[in-house]
Amino acid sequence: MIVVAAAVAVIATIVLSQEAPPAPPPPPKPVDTVVLLPEADGRQTAVIVTPLKGGSAITLDKPHAAATSSESGAASVTLTPDQVRQRFGAALGAQPPKPLAFRLYFVEGKEELTEESKRQVEAVMADIGRRPSPEVIVVGHTDTMGAHALNDALSKKRAEVIREQLVRRGIAAGSVDAQGRGERELLVPTADNVAEPRNRRVEITVR
Amino acid sequence: MISISTHRTAASLALGLGAWLAAFGAAWANDIGQVKTIKGGVTVERAGKREAATVGYKVRATDVVRTTADGAVGITMTDNSLISAGPNSELVLERYAFDTTTHAGRFDSTLNKGTLAVVSGKIAKQSPDAMTVKTPSAILGVRGTEFVVSAAETAP
Repeated sequence: MIVVAAAVAVIATIVLSQEAPPAPPPPPKPVDTVVLLPEADGRQTAVIVTPLKGGSAITLDKPHAAATSSESGAASVTLTPDQVRQRFGAALGAQPPKPLAFRLYFVEGKEELTEESKRQVEAVMADIGRRPSPEVIVVGHTDTMGAHALNDALSKKRAEVIREQLVRRGIAAGSVDAQGRGERELLVPTADNVAEPRNRRVEITVR
Repeated sequence: MISISTHRTAASLALGLGAWLAAFGAAWANDIGQVKTIKGGVTVERAGKREAATVGYKVRATDVVRTTADGAVGITMTDNSLISAGPNSELVLERYAFDTTTHAGRFDSTLNKGTLAVVSGKIAKQSPDAMTVKTPSAILGVRGTEFVVSAAETAP
C-alpha cells in the first residue's frame, strides 16, 4: 500500500509539474530604503527604523548606515556613496540652504548696537540676500541689571529696532519677526543685577 | 460727541487689529514651513484642491506635496527642519506643532513614494520621539539627524 501510494504520489507530481505552466516570476516587492548621512558637526544621532508589519527595529547610528524595509521586515544593507548619490541626488540637490544664526550685542541699558555689532549687520544682510524667499527671526535679550518687566520691554525694543533696520534696508516687513525674552534666556548665567555684555544681545535666525 | 469719539476709537482699533492680522496673523498663524527651492513640476494639495507651488509658498499641516518625473522641492519648516523631495514623490505633512519659545512640538510626515532628504530641526532636538517619517512599510524615529529615505521602490 505504502509503495503504491508513494508511486502514485511520484506520478502525480510528475504529471502536475509537467502540466503546470511555468510560474511567472513574482512581482518585485516594494522596498523602502533609509540611509543615515554623516553630520557636519559630529553630533551623536540616530534613525530608528521600525517595520509596520512586525519584526525587529533597526537603529542606524553610524554615518552611512543603511536599512531596507518591506512587508517582510527590515534589514541592514550597505550602499556605496555612488548608489546614494544616484538614488538621492535630486532630493539632496533640492535641500534649502541651512538656517544660520547671528548674534548682535548692545550698549548697556540701550537699544543701540555696539560698534563691532553695527559692522556685523552687513554680514546678516549679505546672508539674507543669498537666500530664496528669506525669513528672519529676531529675538532680543538683556542682562540681569534692572527689573524683569523693564528688561522684557528693553529686549522687545532691541529686537524691533533691528527688525526696523533690516526692513529699512529692503527686507520685506512680512518676513521679519521680532520677539523679546527679557532676562529669561541668559547666554552667560549670572546672578541678578549683574551687567554682562554678552547677555545684551539679539539672536537672529536667517533661513 | 461722546458716541462719535467712541465709534472712532473702535474703528481705529479695528483698523489697527486688521493691519496687524494682515501683517502677522495671516502670515504666521497656520503656516508650518516655506518652499525654498523648486525644480520641474511641484503641486500642493490642500483640502482637496491642488495648486502649483512656487518659491515662497507656505505649507500647512495635512498638505500633500507632489513632484513630477522631473520635479524636486525643498521646504524649510518653522523649527528649521529641512525636507526636500526628489522626482515622482508624494509627501504628506500629516501633523505639525512647534512652540517657538520652548521648542516643544511634533512633526509627523509620510513619504508614500519617491525620495526624501531630511535635516531635522529644533523639534527633534528638543524631544527625541517628537519627529517621525512614515514609509509604506516602516516608521522612522528621528533622533536629531540628517538622512535620506526612499519609498516603495520596485526597481532593483
